[in-house]
Amino acid sequence: MMDILIIIPCFNEQASLPRLIADLEKVKLPEKYNLDICVVNDFSSDDTRQVAKGLNVTLIDLPVNLGIGGAVQSGLKYALLHNYDLAMQMDGDGQHPPAELPKMIECYEKTGANLVIGSRFIVKEGFQSSFLRRLGITYFHWLNRFFTGKSIYDSTSGFRLFDKKAIKLSARYYPDDYPEPESLVFFSKAGLSIKETPVVMAHRSGGQSSIRSFTSFYYCVKVTLAMFFSFIRKP
Amino acid sequence: MLRIQIIIIIASVAFLFLVFRMVVKGRLREEYSIIWLLFTGILVVFSFWEKGLLLVANLAGIYLPTNLVFTTSIFIALVYLLHLSVVASKLQKQNKLLAQEMALMKIEMEKLKEEKTK
Repeated sequence: MMDILIIIPCFNEQASLPRLIADLEKVKLPEKYNLDICVVNDFSSDDTRQVAKGLNVTLIDLPVNLGIGGAVQSGLKYALLHNYDLAMQMDGDGQHPPAELPKMIECYEKTGANLVIGSRFIVKEGFQSSFLRRLGITYFHWLNRFFTGKSIYDSTSGFRLFDKKAIKLSARYYPDDYPEPESLVFFSKAGLSIKETPVVMAHRSGGQSSIRSFTSFYYCVKVTLAMFFSFIRKP
Repeated sequence: MLRIQIIIIIASVAFLFLVFRMVVKGRLREEYSIIWLLFTGILVVFSFWEKGLLLVANLAGIYLPTNLVFTTSIFIALVYLLHLSVVASKLQKQNKLLAQEMALMKIEMEKLKEEKTK
């Protein structure tokens, strides 16, 4: 029996959450997998908490706003505490279709990777996001190549499957804001294997990206710095 | 005594008193007060001892004593600002840890409550 915890970090996602959970409950996985859902409410100002309480999920209700990294880490800490074999991070805004979940698990079974990333860019279908955003993603691809020595196409993807080792490592240290590219440097320095598998992503059905246009320059600078320091730091 | 000396003495003694009061009332922690007390003390000493500033400036090879005052005070302020950023980073880290622990604890508590009412 393999226990999987789905971690959904939420900041003001009351509109899209019920559908996401309903879709998740419909997902068919091989017999040996047992799926639990955990919603992390990152101190939303809307009714995310009440909505989540009405659903059949575990709710981690943060008392202050920690940002995406702190929220995801809370879920990973919960996974570690309750001895889950796998943890799956996915956005609360409906951008990551639950139907793609089996693909991620399949990739994990095939490769045994410590971290599986659901990537938009290996096979170009579905939502590909704007030009500037794609430019940024290309930049991070090269940056990752430089820092991790691996070719990771969708390093900013928040659709990721952690195995036990990755969960343990992330519970100890996980970056706060814009955590995805930086954590890849951290993981590969710690000797974890990272694999990518193509998934089809949708347009977000509600809410806002944590990366908006006027902050994108700051985003690039911050993440570049963070990746650099992660690269230097001893794991 | 020069008028400027008197002004500086009054200002720094008032500042010293303010820092003292804040520590006594518990609004400023002792470890952060040390630097303020120390440098205000130095300021008081030099405002009484006119020749002192000239002496130190000469020792450091600085032509104008005022330049010595500006350079050192700006440098000290910068170092202290860096120190405050370190303090803020530490607080943020602790804050995050506490928030997470609390949220996780809340789940366990709810579980226990449910078991009890069953």
